[in-house]
Amino acid sequence: MGLLTFRIGGIHPPENKLSKGMSIQGIEIPEQVVVPMNQNLGAPSHPIVKKGDEVKVGQLIAEAKGFIAANIHSPVSGKVFKVEPRLDSTGFRKESIIINVEGDEWADGIDNTDTLVKEIKLEAKEITDRIKQCGIVGLGGATFPSHVKYMVPEGKTPEFLIINAVECEPYLTSDHQLMLEKGDEIIVGIRIMMKALGTKKTIIGIENNKPDAIDSIRKLIGSDSDIIVEALKVQYPQGGEKQLIDALLKRQIPSGKLPLEVGCVVNNVGTAFAIYEAVQKNKPLIERIVTVTGFPVKNPSNYRVRIGIPISDLLEKANCDMEATGKIINGGPMMGKSIPSTEAAVTKGTSGVLAIRKEESKRAEVRNCIRCGKCTSVCPMGLEPHLLSIIARQGENEKCEQELIMDCIECGSCVYTCPSSRPLLDNIRLGKSNVSFMIRQRSVK
Amino acid sequence: MKLLTVSGSPHIHGGLSVEKVMWLVILAMGPAMLASFYFFGLGAIKVTMVAVLSAVLFEYLITKYIMKEKSQVGDGSAILTGILLAFNVPSTLPIWMIILGSLVAIGVAKMSFGGLGKNPFNPALVGRIFLLISFPVDMTSYPILDKVFPMVDASSGATPLAIVKEGLGKGESVTDLMAQIPSFTDMFIGMSGGSLGEVSAFLLLLGGLFLIYKKVITWHIPVSFIVSMVLFSGIFWLIDPEAYVNPLFHLITGGVMLGAFFMATDMVTSPMTAKGQLIFGAGIGILTIIIRVWGAYPEGVSFAILLMNAVVPHLNNAFKPTRFGKEIKNV
Repeated sequence: MGLLTFRIGGIHPPENKLSKGMSIQGIEIPEQVVVPMNQNLGAPSHPIVKKGDEVKVGQLIAEAKGFIAANIHSPVSGKVFKVEPRLDSTGFRKESIIINVEGDEWADGIDNTDTLVKEIKLEAKEITDRIKQCGIVGLGGATFPSHVKYMVPEGKTPEFLIINAVECEPYLTSDHQLMLEKGDEIIVGIRIMMKALGTKKTIIGIENNKPDAIDSIRKLIGSDSDIIVEALKVQYPQGGEKQLIDALLKRQIPSGKLPLEVGCVVNNVGTAFAIYEAVQKNKPLIERIVTVTGFPVKNPSNYRVRIGIPISDLLEKANCDMEATGKIINGGPMMGKSIPSTEAAVTKGTSGVLAIRKEESKRAEVRNCIRCGKCTSVCPMGLEPHLLSIIARQGENEKCEQELIMDCIECGSCVYTCPSSRPLLDNIRLGKSNVSFMIRQRSVK
Repeated sequence: MKLLTVSGSPHIHGGLSVEKVMWLVILAMGPAMLASFYFFGLGAIKVTMVAVLSAVLFEYLITKYIMKEKSQVGDGSAILTGILLAFNVPSTLPIWMIILGSLVAIGVAKMSFGGLGKNPFNPALVGRIFLLISFPVDMTSYPILDKVFPMVDASSGATPLAIVKEGLGKGESVTDLMAQIPSFTDMFIGMSGGSLGEVSAFLLLLGGLFLIYKKVITWHIPVSFIVSMVLFSGIFWLIDPEAYVNPLFHLITGGVMLGAFFMATDMVTSPMTAKGQLIFGAGIGILTIIIRVWGAYPEGVSFAILLMNAVVPHLNNAFKPTRFGKEIKNV
């Protein structure tokens, strides 16, 4: 039997997992860290500290305001230097808390050891509260506040918890390495998530290019039958939650609906680890695993990094040849965002820092569309990128909506495959923002 | 401070380019082109060179002096159109007619619509049809092959298709007519009269398979074209094998292989989804047989492709890709 994979579209870019097998290392804390307030999907957090306040590691420094929002904790101990807008990885100045580091003193009640704690003492409701309190967000890159996923409406208990360990983005290896080193913790994390949801069955989806992780997780699960590992055929964008559910269960989420519609909750494997730390160790989300990679990087590595450390520190540590580098990406090469300055800080959503060689950092010259249909054949949502691109550019918002532009997951497969190097996704993003504005206007009327 | 490039994702590209597509198609036509040089000698080389050079020159001049744009002639599409046009004419065609055909193909069928990607009809085919209608005698006189290739002693000037068409029109039986044309094996390998690209069905098939293997084209158009053609002509053959020829004859004669793998699959003028492509190919197959059996011309592939080119925008509207979460049933 062939390996499972999703059923519409898909591409297979070169994997280039340069940092594969590099064990997770710590990284020195600099003299000053910058903690941006907009680290998650949804509303930005509100600072509750002011200039001159003493903070400890793990102390709450910014509160969630709104339904889709997350708390932020201090990643270091020291003194608040300033609360002011600073350049973040999107290139805009965003409200940030700047902390001058003094020592490494942890807040009370946080277990900062590596001891494995297996017994889950908290009840379902308490688990969700703890996830919320600790500011856990999805660590796959989308940074959706995790507790929201666990506030499942009465009677809608999901049939499956899906753990996304696909890591389909080329270059990135942080999830892979985490599974090799922290397998036990991840499995406890999964048990915590199952308890919070009341779900009886979990499927971990791992692409077949990580056979060591598949073996090691399977071994750790042992004879338990409620958690299974599925090896998946390597195909991008399998880490999209819609594609992953389709691959594992042959269920497709209808347009505009959530995974719960087909009985699933999907979380990243890194999130499972963060939830383990939050629930068992009372440790908030103040650090994450970041892959620092790319051909100009001499020592591609996986680091355990405190939030707020400037990206330039990581590049320096991994020995990146900045002369040969033309572009730095926050995330993977397919969906990551290129950053205007390496001053920007690592945030909860930084799954990787990728340096792109100078000669590969500019796009090729745009040619006429030759109507080859490749964009359509690779689109994992079954859309027509060539058409959406044109009508979005022309401002035909109603037509864009009819042609399901809002279904686009922005995976970039269309642009990757286009022989004319057309800016399909740029135009589609423009169309999406116009259409969502139109939809909001409509609901106001 | 070091300046970094900032752009929207994705930040890597698969490396496919218009040039690459065009040159792969040209490469795939290589064996058949060499075969035409072998069978038809210098005439074929002359026709091919004139067609390619004039196509490239016309495109360059038109973009530079009429459209006043940066010329994209280096993308290889004009070279391809030139080769395809050459494949569609006999090796004895006068040079000025070839040049005129190139002008119509590039000037009228391609550049007047805005250049590569904007033309609704296959440029090389428009060129061919223009020549066929304007100069029917020159376009249907083929060299007698046995001068070049002594093993073949039939096909004196007319293609097997024309011999069969004329004979059936006079009321001769299929059995009698089959004796007047080369054997099926000879026709398949290339030993029969015809246009440059009509001669070797086998090498064209090989080139087509190479393009499918290289993922430049998909199987949908060639397969639906050939299958529908064989089925449709097969029905009549089963009814009366003396009045209608064997489907296999239709398959290996004329421009079927050239049309199925190189003309109908032209990306610009064919549908974009698999479903649309299947209908498109099937339409060409059926129209080809209708024209060959009941039409005025012995060969119908080029007319059939052009007619179906006209339907492509409608096929693109009617056959959308399978949308995620819409058509596939959940388990």
